[in-house]
Amino acid sequence: MSDKSWMSEIPQLDRQELRDFKKLLDGLFRDFSREYGDAIQSFFDPLLSTLIWFEKLLLSTPWWLVIAVLAAFSYAASRSFKLTISVAAAFVIIGYFGMWEDTMRTMSMIIVSTLLAILIGMPIGVAMARSNRVQSLVTPILDVMQTMPAFVYLIPVVMLLGIGKVPGVIAVIIYAIPPVIRLTNLGIRLVDKEVLEAATAYGASPMQRLFGVQIPLAMPTIMAGINQTIMMALAMVVIASMIGVKGLGQPVLQAISNQYFTQGLLNGLAIVALAIIFDRISQSYAKRTLQNFGGH
Amino acid sequence: MSSNENNAPLISIKNLYKIFGKNEKKVLEEVKAGKSKEAILAETGHTVGLADINLDIYPGEIFVIMGLSGSGKSTLIRHFNRLIDPTAGEIVVAGDDVMQLNDKDLQNFRRQKMAMVFQRFGLMPHRTVLQNITYGLQVQGVAKKDREERGNEWLKTVGLDGYAKQYPGQLSGGQQQRVGLARALCTDADILLMDEAFSALDPLIRSEMQDQLIELQDKLHKTIVFITHDLDEALRIGDKIAILRDGLLIQQGTPVDILLNPIDDYVEAFVKDVNRARALTVETVMQPQICRISSENIGEAVAQMRKSKQEYGYVVNDDGYQGMITQETLENVEKSDYGNAITDELLEDVPSVQSDALLESVISDMLDNEHPLAVLNAEGEVEGHLSRTTLAEVLSDSNEESKDPDPQKE
Repeated sequence: MSDKSWMSEIPQLDRQELRDFKKLLDGLFRDFSREYGDAIQSFFDPLLSTLIWFEKLLLSTPWWLVIAVLAAFSYAASRSFKLTISVAAAFVIIGYFGMWEDTMRTMSMIIVSTLLAILIGMPIGVAMARSNRVQSLVTPILDVMQTMPAFVYLIPVVMLLGIGKVPGVIAVIIYAIPPVIRLTNLGIRLVDKEVLEAATAYGASPMQRLFGVQIPLAMPTIMAGINQTIMMALAMVVIASMIGVKGLGQPVLQAISNQYFTQGLLNGLAIVALAIIFDRISQSYAKRTLQNFGGH
Repeated sequence: MSSNENNAPLISIKNLYKIFGKNEKKVLEEVKAGKSKEAILAETGHTVGLADINLDIYPGEIFVIMGLSGSGKSTLIRHFNRLIDPTAGEIVVAGDDVMQLNDKDLQNFRRQKMAMVFQRFGLMPHRTVLQNITYGLQVQGVAKKDREERGNEWLKTVGLDGYAKQYPGQLSGGQQQRVGLARALCTDADILLMDEAFSALDPLIRSEMQDQLIELQDKLHKTIVFITHDLDEALRIGDKIAILRDGLLIQQGTPVDILLNPIDDYVEAFVKDVNRARALTVETVMQPQICRISSENIGEAVAQMRKSKQEYGYVVNDDGYQGMITQETLENVEKSDYGNAITDELLEDVPSVQSDALLESVISDMLDNEHPLAVLNAEGEVEGHLSRTTLAEVLSDSNEESKDPDPQKE
């Protein structure tokens, strides 16, 4: 059987070589995390304190004030009483079923991750829109981020940063950032060429063009991306709970391992409620920016 | 209509080439060597956008660049403010070589020297009408109060009072282009670039806008570069017209030049459909040599008439044009009456026409009178005469060609 043909069998590393290869990479990464783990951790310290501060803020604020602020926020974004009342009602019900604290933790996590995703994602999207080279470089990375199973990139994150809030936020951002990048890029590329030309013809500087014309005109598209980012961040909450992120994900995880049907259902529904609320608020805001554009 | 021929040109373009493609510099040599556009496209895949363009535009004139789609006219106008960079050539505006400007200087150049009006308006949908109009000033860093004051002024001028807070999407096409025009005027730039500015509007609105532009130009005396594919429009508003075809400038001249002396078949095909009666004024076709009779009495009139060797003369006194008198009538007057003044009975009742009137408007007067009509200038002085034959010649020329059984098509 020595003449095994490459025609019938795919050429393969033998097991020893494969084991060595894995060992080598693992070893390199372990060394790397031992060497730089602390430095990286302290790099993320400000993020950690922000997270803790924001979570504490939400938890220590009286529930009626939180609801009032959320209701005011949704009214400001949508100008719709129906939505505002639904938002308030949803939070009252969540609280009534004893999920207030977990919901606040999840919300603080989502808000911080989304803000960070926007903060990081929009400049990347802008850079992609400005240069085809950057676009062709970033697009495959985004593809990997969106299709790689979340557990796979949880491994190195946990190895570097341990378990807790910061690796949780990082995992959420990696998972949720692609839409805001992609749609910022798309939105800016779709800005009417003649309008941009007009800005250039009147002597607008590149920055004046970006902030005065391109981003405002791309805003409806960018908002769609932000909306998607929020949705994906919420979907990631359950997985993030596996690396110690507290919130609505943990009771769900607990329910899975213990087959607590009702607990799983209630917490799942709370996540859904959060998702719907964020979705409606951001969408109606996007719709209102679109309305300003008049009869197009 | 008089352009300041003696002054230096405000915009001067020399040997401008634009080639689209990856290797433009190399292909440029082939274009300069005289290879045809088609050959270059076939061999190298490069498109010749503009080839060897030379233009001089003088201060205060409306310079129309006309051509069909694909002729390169929109590409050409974008070279004036370097929205497109040429492959080779020189662009000089008010003595500055635009090609030598760095990014910062170019930005300032665009802010100060030129304003542009776009075919599809190029308005910013997220800004109100007033914010759109004041965009140029905002970019320059003019304070809000100041720029809104100036913006409101222009808003009134273009007749959009009360629309300041509306968004462009709420306006009709004609109104939007008025906003575009106001935006261009608001920066006080001397040069206005208008890229098919009225082409997207329906015909009635278009002619309204043309009138408004001409009216504004009488007040403002800007230098306007106007792009159009519509010859009627070009003839109506242009002081000078340049005709562009396949990236080549094939004829430049005054509207009358182009209409009456088309340089080749292409231009001729273009101008033959033009309604000359509507495009030409009396001034452009009249004969200037006339016998002007300004004497008090008949005797001197006879002398003047003999001297001019014409068969008729136009009688003028201090009150202006009086009428026409023929040689025949004069010779029938008794010598003893030579001391008398010229009376109305001797005159033929020939109407006069204004030199700036369109031919169209004089046709009926012409048909009612067998004698040539007197042509008066703006001051009421007799400048020349217009005969039936001249009018018929000018008008029939075009009719003949439009009946051509095999008209040249694009």
